[in-house]
Parts: sequence; structure tokens; C-alpha cells
Amino acid sequence: MDFLRPASWEEALAAKAEHPTAVPIAGGTDVMVEINFDHRRPEYLMDLNRIGDLREWETGADTVRLGASVPYTQIMENLRAELPGLALASHTVASPQIRNRGGVGGNLGTASPAGDAHPALLASGGEVEVESAARGVRMIPIDEFYLGVKRNAMEQDELIRAVHLPKATGPQQFSKVGTRNAMVIAVCAFGIALHPETKTVRTGIGSAAPTPVRAKEAEAFLAAALEEGGHWESGAPVAPSVAKQFAQLASGACNPIDDVRGSAKYRRHAVGIMARRTLGWVWESYRGDGRTAQGGAQCA
Amino acid sequence: MAGVTRTPTNLTQGSKTPAGIGASTLRPDGTLKVTGEFAYSSDMWHEDMLWGFTLRSTVAHAEIRSIDTSEALAQAGVYAVLTYDDLPTAVKNYGLEIQDTPVLANGRVRHHGEPVALVAADHPETARRAAAKIKIDYAELPVVTDEASATAEDAPLLHPGRKDHHAGHVPHPNIVHRQPIIRGNADEAAKRADVIVTGEYDFGMQDQAFLGPESGLAVPAEDGGVDLYVATQWLHSDLRQIAPVLGLPPEKVRMTLSGVGGAFGGREDLSMQIHGCLLALRTGKPVKIVYNRFESFFGHVHRHSAKLWYEHGATKDGKLTHLKCRIVLDGGAYASASPAVVGNASSLAVGPYVVDDVDIEAIALYTNNPPCGAMRGFGAVQACFAYEAQMDKLAKALDMDPVELRQRNAMEQGTLLPTGQVVDSPAPVAELLRRVKAMPLPPENQWETTEGADVRALPGGLSNTTHGEGVVRGIGYAVGIKNVGFSEGFDDYSTARVRMEVINGEPVATVHTAMAEVGQGGVTVHAQIARTELGVQQVTIQPADTQVGSAGSTSASRQTYVTGGAVKNSCEAVREQVLQKGRLKFGTYHPAWATAELLLEGGKVVTDGGEVLADIVDVLGEESVEVELEWRHRPTEAFDLETGQGNGHVQYSFAAHRAVVEVDTELGLVKVIELACAQDVGKALNPLSVVGQIQGGTTQGLGVAVMEEIVVDPKTAKVRNPSFTDYLIPTILDTPTIPVDVLELADEHAPYGLRGIGEAPTLSSTPAVLSAIRAATGLALTKTPVRPEHLTGT
Repeated sequence: MDFLRPASWEEALAAKAEHPTAVPIAGGTDVMVEINFDHRRPEYLMDLNRIGDLREWETGADTVRLGASVPYTQIMENLRAELPGLALASHTVASPQIRNRGGVGGNLGTASPAGDAHPALLASGGEVEVESAARGVRMIPIDEFYLGVKRNAMEQDELIRAVHLPKATGPQQFSKVGTRNAMVIAVCAFGIALHPETKTVRTGIGSAAPTPVRAKEAEAFLAAALEEGGHWESGAPVAPSVAKQFAQLASGACNPIDDVRGSAKYRRHAVGIMARRTLGWVWESYRGDGRTAQGGAQCA
Repeated sequence: MAGVTRTPTNLTQGSKTPAGIGASTLRPDGTLKVTGEFAYSSDMWHEDMLWGFTLRSTVAHAEIRSIDTSEALAQAGVYAVLTYDDLPTAVKNYGLEIQDTPVLANGRVRHHGEPVALVAADHPETARRAAAKIKIDYAELPVVTDEASATAEDAPLLHPGRKDHHAGHVPHPNIVHRQPIIRGNADEAAKRADVIVTGEYDFGMQDQAFLGPESGLAVPAEDGGVDLYVATQWLHSDLRQIAPVLGLPPEKVRMTLSGVGGAFGGREDLSMQIHGCLLALRTGKPVKIVYNRFESFFGHVHRHSAKLWYEHGATKDGKLTHLKCRIVLDGGAYASASPAVVGNASSLAVGPYVVDDVDIEAIALYTNNPPCGAMRGFGAVQACFAYEAQMDKLAKALDMDPVELRQRNAMEQGTLLPTGQVVDSPAPVAELLRRVKAMPLPPENQWETTEGADVRALPGGLSNTTHGEGVVRGIGYAVGIKNVGFSEGFDDYSTARVRMEVINGEPVATVHTAMAEVGQGGVTVHAQIARTELGVQQVTIQPADTQVGSAGSTSASRQTYVTGGAVKNSCEAVREQVLQKGRLKFGTYHPAWATAELLLEGGKVVTDGGEVLADIVDVLGEESVEVELEWRHRPTEAFDLETGQGNGHVQYSFAAHRAVVEVDTELGLVKVIELACAQDVGKALNPLSVVGQIQGGTTQGLGVAVMEEIVVDPKTAKVRNPSFTDYLIPTILDTPTIPVDVLELADEHAPYGLRGIGEAPTLSSTPAVLSAIRAATGLALTKTPVRPEHLTGT
């Protein structure tokens, strides 16, 4: 196994072009697990840690450009207002030590359905900035990024540079079920974001289908119900029957498997519960006049 | 040994305070451990060492048609590849009690992960790659994975032609051992019962999950022998199994304990010991073997999974009439400690209760599942889970408070056990329950803060699954009984060598035993005992090795009792010799030398009235006093094979728990808020260590209640979750507040009146949590661990 250590982004792109099988490594919190378990023995490992830009973020007027290697800890501490859903998801990643190392780029590169960032990214919406030496920059909408189990829309010569996420304009929430209270891989997860400016709702489901998915029927149903009832304007509570239907549709968007972490039936069930609860939290927050996004949860 | 680094060193601890027994002195290795300086067995190094690797079976049950090692041997950097055919002597098996475990597979593998071949190479990665080039032709055989398949008429036999001492009395060759306990007449007594409850329970396979993986370093010696540095629980038991396979006399296999990163029973059986020595002797070079976490799951035995059937009857005033039960333990492919686990499960199946009429049967199976053996609680854990579930069920049927029901039937000093043995030391079972129940409860809705819900205090924690929705509190109680020490007639002795001399004008004691310090705190307690008995401040604990007699195993909650007892006994002998020297030197100066009870205190010889007769420094001068003595507790007897009668146990340990849980009933997630424990420890030699042990045992019991299980595919007998990603153990956020109430009622038969403490809290913690979850949900919950699926019907 050869270890490549590009000093700059350009060098990294060149190296990736020359060695398309090279596996990029930043925090290593996914890749090293795979190597330690002997699940993969890549011919080349490409260490991206010398490229400081990848650990930086820029907050624009409407979007945040989040470098691929910005550690989860930084997201939690610095981007809670702009990216509340992702900040909540970041809290659930492993342990403090791993949150200091791992970033969203690794989650996207691995594209495991269990990656904690995915439901938040899907609910927020956004684009993945990838680049190759040959063809330059390409923006992949997050909705088109996940193609299959651990398969994404990237070409072999491309590297992830950043993700571009809209700054939250409404409350966002994230919930994850694991069978212990910390440091656990998701049995299933659910993210939700209200987008009041477009009167839409977006969602993301993790670990309950071959890829991270949106519950599009549930989103459409809820948006229609909110619109019809004039809820966006009035802030009136969401009827329990609507929440129930939303939850059922979210369950229905799952296509889970039975595995050692949980049964398919449980995953469907739990996604429904999380959908109903997180809807309650974001809507309470929306009604609560200008308070964005953090619900009642205290996550210090 | 020249060239070896990061091996154990003396632990010397001085103290300005008395720091004898009863003081909470700190561990002499504590600072090293928390600062990362402590040398664990995986840290050892030798300048020209090779790395060993073990190739393990990828299937659970197969005939090995052929093994081709040629490509592996051809790889650069490889020094040796060994298979069964390379074993040097006629002794090719080992085992704790039954020698049924092949050092390397002999034409057949019986479980997933069984060692088949060994590689030594100049780099661990080279060894691993070479092992991957070994070609093994497996012809898979059908697997047996439970009682029905293992004892079917045409079941494949795990060990055909058994000749072990249990073979003659078991009803099927795939049953390792069977122990009935029959007393009174359970059928007749059942007629007196106003209420009868029955239950069927499943206990999942638990892993010891010690953090320091199996590892050791074998160094070939010039005399043809080998020096082995290894993390283990009992050096002399290892030695007894290693030497015959190597074809060496025991004195040529010199073992030294290296830094042990936890054990919990998982190091009672051999792991890399013989393999490392074989490679070292073959190559003539030092060989280090370190398992990674994945391999560790296959490198040691686990806690037996069990199925338990229980029937209890009671009169309407809540007095137990009878107990019938059947306990089926899955021993897996090799016997390991299964026979003794059967003995414990059957003899303690009744729990800490008085029942005169019992019909008990416990068996352990041979199957193609992973081998199971010793783990903290050892057979008593599975039984406690079932009988405590039964007590709750019975209380409900009687419409009685579950604690009161337990108290009405609680055993006490003088109670006759189902084995016919009298409990002849304090057994404060009712009192422990009273104490744990009397502790204040954590406040309701304890997650609420002025700024909203603190999700860390709720089920799901930072995963943010509830802000209080669906959360219901439950409270449950349990109590258990664990035997202390090795039972059933085993010669359970220990040995201690103690020296006293003057160094730099100060009397100093040195304690040398073969006791494996696995974290339990023996090194702390031995120094405390030496200070108390010999009146010194400074004590040196020498590394454990086989240059001193056996200390027995660090298991069965026995080391403070037995090796502590041996250290005390040897100290007393040293003291007697010191006093004898004093009498010879100074006896004429003071009549008290001849007439008074003399003690060693504060560096001086004093009378029991406190009068100083001499400085120890002056008594000893240039001389030193050293003794090495074996020490034994009271002997025990084997259980009768038909009736289970016999004085099988030495001592008992009792703990009671109250669990308070919050359950998210919609998502099936559990947060244990508090696990209060009351335990009788006889005498707390080190109160800080005692509380630590109780909290650790409690947490390990919590783990098996709500998350820990090795999942084995019943179709293939392959392990599905051999990693810390999928075998979950409690994190600090899963570990509740554990208030501990320590009771000290002396056992007059034991040194200082102490009781072994390490295991009892592991017993009652699990059923207390289950009971609390049942109280919160109203569900029957008959299986550990409780999973979200069980709580949500999914």
C-alpha cells in the first residue's frame, strides 16, 4: 500500500488522476476502520491532511461552503445557527475524539446509508462540490449524489472539495436510533427541515434503505396540508391526524433490511416515530416566533 | 531477560500513614495506567523478535481435506508456518478440565474461528499476508447449535469416543456434564402451593470485552526452554497445559505475568501461549503475538448462553413451596470451564431463598457454537436472571410487594441449601433488600431543566430521539447469591513468599506471589496486608511469575480471600521469626518478650498493651527473614452426581440492586437512571476498591441487560458481530449513578472476615434492570439483552 501525501489541492487532483484507485483519507474515521477490519486493502492511500483549505468554511449571504474535512466538532460549535440539522447530526457521530477528526467529506465519500450526516444534508438540500484535474469543478445536487449501497455519483478521478448548503431559513431537526446512548452506528435516522420561504418541507432518512433517501411523499403531503390549512401564516398547530399520516408516509419511504443492528420492521416503525416527533419539534419551534431550529433540546 | 522491554517491574509503594487493611490506599499502578505509561502485554518488545499470526477457520464445522502452506512459506520474511502435523509431541490437546481442545485443528474444525495454522514473520503484516496464502480445503459438515439438534439421535458428535470423567454419567455424548440437585419432593410440595408460576428464559452470550487484547511474547532460552511473558489469569494453570505440548519439563517453561488489560474470566483458557512458544522454539527467535479486536472475539471463550425453565410455587402468604428448574447452558465446541459452570448454575439455581423441596437439573451442551467458559458470575448469572424474573412474576400472582416476597423467603445464616450444605456465615439477604429499597429515589422527570429537556438524561441521549415523549419510568429489584472460591472439592490453595529486611535503615517487606493482577487490586491489598501484619511502611510487590508456587486463579472472587489469606499467613510466619530473633537478642531486657502478645507496629516490636520493646531495624540488623508457604481455605466436597448433595462451596457473596430506568416505550430505547447496590463484603480491606468493584460489576450486568450479546447465526454457527462496532458495551453515557451501600458482617472462617466481592454485583444488576423495564412497559421480557424490537413488538 503506497501512501500519497499531496501538498496542495492541485497535487491531490493530479495524483487522483494518475492513480484513480487511490482512496482519499482525511480524518480516517471510516477508512481506517475498513483497513483495520481487512475489508479493503487499497493500493494507494491519499492523505489529504496537508491541504488546510479542506478544513475551512465560508459563510455567504445564503449558503455555507463547508470544506470536506471540517471536523464535526467545528460544525457543532460554529455552525449551529446556519446548519442546525447538521449540527445536531454531528453531535451523534461517535465520540468526541472522532468528532475532532471526522468530517462530512468522509461520510459522502463512503456513502454508507448509515452515515450520520446524510439525513441532515438531504433535509437541508445542497450541492457537493467535486473536482477532477481533467474536467474541473462539478456541482452534484445532494438529491443525485447517492446511487447505491456505498456508491455515489463521483467519477474515479474526482475528489470532494466541499459541500454547499443553504443557510437554514426555518427550524431543522435530527434524530437517530442506536442501541446505546452514545458512540453507536445508526439503526436508523431521520432529518427534517422546514423551508418557510418556499413553503416546503424536506426530509432525510438514514440506514433504512440501500442509500440515504428523502421521504418525498411525506414531504409533499405535509407541505400540502400546511399550505391548505394556512399554517405557514397562522402558525397553528399541526393536527395529530396530519402528523400521523406524515409519519406513516415516512415509514413507507423506507426499504430496510434485517441485520444484526435491527430488524426491518423496527426500522420502519422507528422512522415513523422519529418523523412524528421531529415534526412536532420543528413546528413548535416555527410557531415559537423567530426561534430557529434547536427545538427544546439542550446539547451542550 | 536481556533484550525484552516493557516487561513488568517491581511495584514499590511507601506510605506515611498506616495504610494497612481497611484504608483506601491508592493502586500502586494507578498513576501509570491513567497516564498511559503502564506496560500492557501488547507493549512488549524484543530487539530481534518475529510476529506470530494465527489462521482461523472461516466455517463453524468442517472436515479439513488438505492444507497447502507452500505459498505462505515461500513468501519473503516468513520464518515458519506450523500446522497440526508440526506439533512436537504426542500431547496435542489442552483444556482447563477436559483436554479436548486441539492446539491446532486436527483434520476437523468445530467452531468459527478455530486456530488451524500459525505463521511467524518479520512483520505482522507479512505474517497476515502469508497466512492468507495458506490454502485450506474445507468440506463443510452440518452444525448443531441447540439442545434439540445436539442431542438428536443422529446428531454429529463433537467429540466421538469421549473418555473424560463426565463421559460416563451424561445422557448424550454431546452433553459435557449434567448435575441434578434433588432435595425433598417437589411434586408433593407443589400440592401445597396456592399459586404456581412458570417461565422460560433466554440468556444471550456475553463477551468479557476486556480492553487489552490477548498478547504475549515467547523468548527461546539457551537451555532449550522458553521464557513466556503473557497476560493471563493463572500462570500455573497455563504452565500445566503448555509444557506437555512443547515436550518440556515445567521448569523449562518460565512464565511471567505481563500487564493485563482486564480479564473477567476470558483469560482462564489459553490463547496465544502455546502458539507463541511453538513458533519461538521452531524459529529460535522471540515471537510476539497480539490479537486485534476482531480476533479477540474468537480468541477467548464467552459467557454461556442459556435456556432456563423455572417453576415456583408459593402459599398465599408468600412462602415458597417448591422449585423445579432446568438450565441448559451452551458450552460450544470445547469444554473449557463448562463442568464447573454447570455445578454453579445447579447449586445456586434456587437463589438466596429458602426452598426445601427442589428438583433442579443443569446441563452444558457441546455444539458448534463458539466455546463458552468462565465469565464474572460463572453460571450464577444466568440462574439469577431467571429466578429473579420468577420472583417478580410470583409477587404479581400473589398481589404482593416483590421486595416483601423476597424478604419472606430470604435465606439467612443457618439456612440449609438445596445441596444440604448449611450457610454458616452471615447471609443478610433481607437486610440488603431493605437497605437498597430505603435509598432515596432520583427525582421524577429528571431530564427537565430550565432550558428544556437535557437529552443526555433521556433514552437515546445525544441521538436526540425524545424530549420526554413516550418516556415511562420503571423501578425493579433483584438480589443474588454467588459462591466465592473454587468449589466441588477442588484443592484451591495459594502460595505467598514474604521477605522482611532492612534497607536504608528502614524495615521493608517484599511480597512475591504468582497472583495475576488483572485490575482487581490484589497488588494494593497485598501491600496493605503486609503493612498491617509486619508494621512496615514500605512494601515491594514483585512481578508475578512461576518462580514461586501457584496462587490459583484470579477468578471466582477468590484472590483477596485466598492469596490475601496466603500473604497474611506468610506474614504471620515472618513475624513469628522476627519475634523469635528479638527474643534471642533482647529477651533478657524485658519480661514482656516472654509473656506478652507481641505485634509489629510502626517499625517496632510492641506489646498488645502498646509498650515498645525494640526497633525492628535492631532486631533484624543485617539479616533478612523469608518464608514461602501454601495456604488453604476450608476443603469442599464434590456434589453427588444423582442428588447434588454435598458441602460444595466455601463461602457466599450477596448483593441486591434497585434499578431505576426511563423507557421510551414508542422507540424501545432504555436509559438506566440509577442502579443502587447494597452488598455485604464481610470486611472492606480497601473500601475504595470495593466500591469500584461493585460499580464495575454492576455496569457489566447492565450491559448484558440492554445491549451486550454475541450474535451467532443459528444456520451457520458463525459469529455475526465480532467487533466493538456491533458488540456494544456501555459507555459513560449509558452508565448510571451507582450509589453503593457496603455492609460489613464478618465471616469468621475467612481472613479478616472478608468476603469475595467481584462477582455478586454482576448477578443482580441484570435482573434488576429487566424488572424495571418490565415495570415500565408491562411486557414479559424473558430474554437478555432487551432489544428495541422486544419493546416495540417489531
